[in-house]
This record gives sequence, C-alpha cells and structure tokens, in this order.
Amino acid sequence: MCGAVAGGPDISGVDATKEAVIQGFVTKGGDPVSPAYVRLLDGSGEFTAEVPTSATGQFRFFAAPGTWTVRVLAPGASVDRAVRAELGEVADLAITV
Amino acid sequence: MSRADVLVDADWVEAHLDDPSVVLVEVDEDTTAYEKGHIRGAVRLDWKTDLQDPVKRDFVDRPTFEALLSERGIGNDHTVVLYGGNNNWFASYAYWYFRLYGHDAVKLLDGGRKKWELDSRELVADIPERTPTSYAASEQDTSIRAFRDDVLAAIGVENLVDVRSPDEYSGRLLAPAHLPQEQSQRPGHVPTAVNIPWSKAANDDGTFRDDDDLTTLYVGAGVDLAKDTIAYCRIGERSAHTWFVLHELLGVQNVKNYDGSWTEYGSLVGVPIELGDGS
Repeated sequence: MCGAVAGGPDISGVDATKEAVIQGFVTKGGDPVSPAYVRLLDGSGEFTAEVPTSATGQFRFFAAPGTWTVRVLAPGASVDRAVRAELGEVADLAITV
Repeated sequence: MSRADVLVDADWVEAHLDDPSVVLVEVDEDTTAYEKGHIRGAVRLDWKTDLQDPVKRDFVDRPTFEALLSERGIGNDHTVVLYGGNNNWFASYAYWYFRLYGHDAVKLLDGGRKKWELDSRELVADIPERTPTSYAASEQDTSIRAFRDDVLAAIGVENLVDVRSPDEYSGRLLAPAHLPQEQSQRPGHVPTAVNIPWSKAANDDGTFRDDDDLTTLYVGAGVDLAKDTIAYCRIGERSAHTWFVLHELLGVQNVKNYDGSWTEYGSLVGVPIELGDGS
C-alpha cells in the first residue's frame, strides 16, 4: 500500500446518520504513519478512546456531539488537534507528524 | 506481592526472549495485530474465540482452558508474560483469567504493544512452534470474579468503580468511542458507583503510573480501601486493567472484576440505573 488515502476509512456498513464520526489519516513527509496511536480526549481532556492507525494511516471514532481533542502518538512525535463532532456528520482530519 | 512480581518492562522481555521458562503471549482486541507482527517467540491468545464459550455467554470451562494452554505449549511451570494492544486491556483481562484458573506465575509487559511499537522495538512475523504440554488448571477462583447479584448487593455498601470514560458513565456514550454507538443496553451507571476511568491509572504510552499516584487516585475519588471493591466497564476488559492496579500493584484485598459489566447490567430488567456525571 503506497500513499495515504484521503479521508478516513471506508464507512460502509455503519449507519452514519446515528453516529458523530471523527476520522482521518496521519502522514509524515507524505507517507502514511503506521503504527501510530490516535487518542480521543473529551472536553475536559479525559481519555475516551484510542485506536492504532491502519496500514494506510487511517483512524475513526464514533463520538458524541461536542468538542474533542484528537492526540496522535507516533514514534518520536505527539500532535494534538481540536475537532467538533455533530450527529450525522463526519469530521475528517488530515494530521501531519 | 510487589510491582516487580507482576510487571516487567521491555528490557526484561528482550533479555528473556530465549529463556525457556518464559512464554510470551499476545492478547489483542484486534486479533489481526499478531499476524502483522509480534514480539519474537510470542504465541497468540484470541480473547474471544479462545477465552469465551462459543455458545453461552461465559468463560471456557476448566477442561477447555487446560486443552487450550496445552495446545499452545504453555505449561504449569512456565512464567507467562502477557502483552497486547489497547493499553494492555485484553492482556490484563487474560492476566486476570489466568489467575482465575490458578496460574500464579503471570506478568504483564508494562506499556504493552503500544510502547513496544513507539520505542521501535523488533516485531517479527514468524509463528513459533512450541511443544504441547499437559496443563492442569485449578477450579475458578471466584473471589476475584463478581456476578450481577454481587453488584446489586454492593450498591451503597461496597466500592463500585466504573472505569469507563466519563461520557459512558454519564450515559452520553454507550460504548468506547472506537465502536459504533448503537447498542441494545440502557445508558448510565450503577447507582453509587464512582467513575475512575482506567486511563487515569496509565500514562499516555500505556505504562502504569507509580504506586503513590495510583493510591492517591483511588482514595481521592472516594474508594475506601478497607471495604470490598467491584470494578466494571462495558465487557470487563478495562476493569481487568483496574483490577490489576488495585489487586496486583497496590495489593488491595477483596477486589473483584465484574466481567458481565455494562453489557449485562444495562440489559437487566428492573435494576436501578443512574444517569449523569455523578456527585
């Protein structure tokens, strides 16, 4: 697999109208980063979930509506990004480490 | 029991990669992680297909557990070192499960697979060939396993520790946020349970915080260490992590993991449920 796919992983099979999705992909110098670990922190900074990136650097969360922080841990790097989630919408992030 | 008896770091594992008395075991939620690469010599346990009864909701029985470990080449005399993804959630679950069936020489790799990967340590694809054993398990030690009636009896009496995220505890989410939220059970938490997310016991890299920090965490959140304690989450894997912290690292007695957890409790008819962020 070469190069990251724009947008998050394929969401077919999930009823996105009932979910507040936060997803995206992690790259370094244009290449997908795997393994990296993506943590979802709530409005108070508390941990809510964590996923490893896929082979193509992608990740996805099913959040609740509100403001969240996505924290990416990669070998030698840590990056935070603020994001808003809304029911029935997909928030897409492109994160560079 | 001290931290050194139950927890090892990556340097210890690397120094024991060829130690015949040690068996490394990877346990993941994403069971394909092992196939992509694992610590050299590690065997895999699938928390679902290996450790759950294929029909009813319960653990595999003692003969099945014995056959499983025998087939994987794990003997009664082996020191089993468990590690996995999700900050060792399922490795902690397997740790608790090994203890439940009487295997005492069991340890966790601090930080699990994540820290190993973030430190860029070696992972291999080769599947090890191990000689089968004749493993003998004990009867389940239910002094460390809580059932639903234990939870109901503990309301307002014992420490109930809900280790899910604040959004799951309050009822805003029904599952950890890496899973779809459409679930059959009711949202909320067991009345009188305090919310101490498992993640507060760990650093970002998945290693456990030190004993003083951990004691302050639980006592500060209202856990009376002189009382009995039941920990729960959604399916019992994150609460196994907290059980490990309380019972194994801090040496607190009478701590049980409720593996039925919210997927059972939140589906029971007529039991009390509390919503909101608690007091």
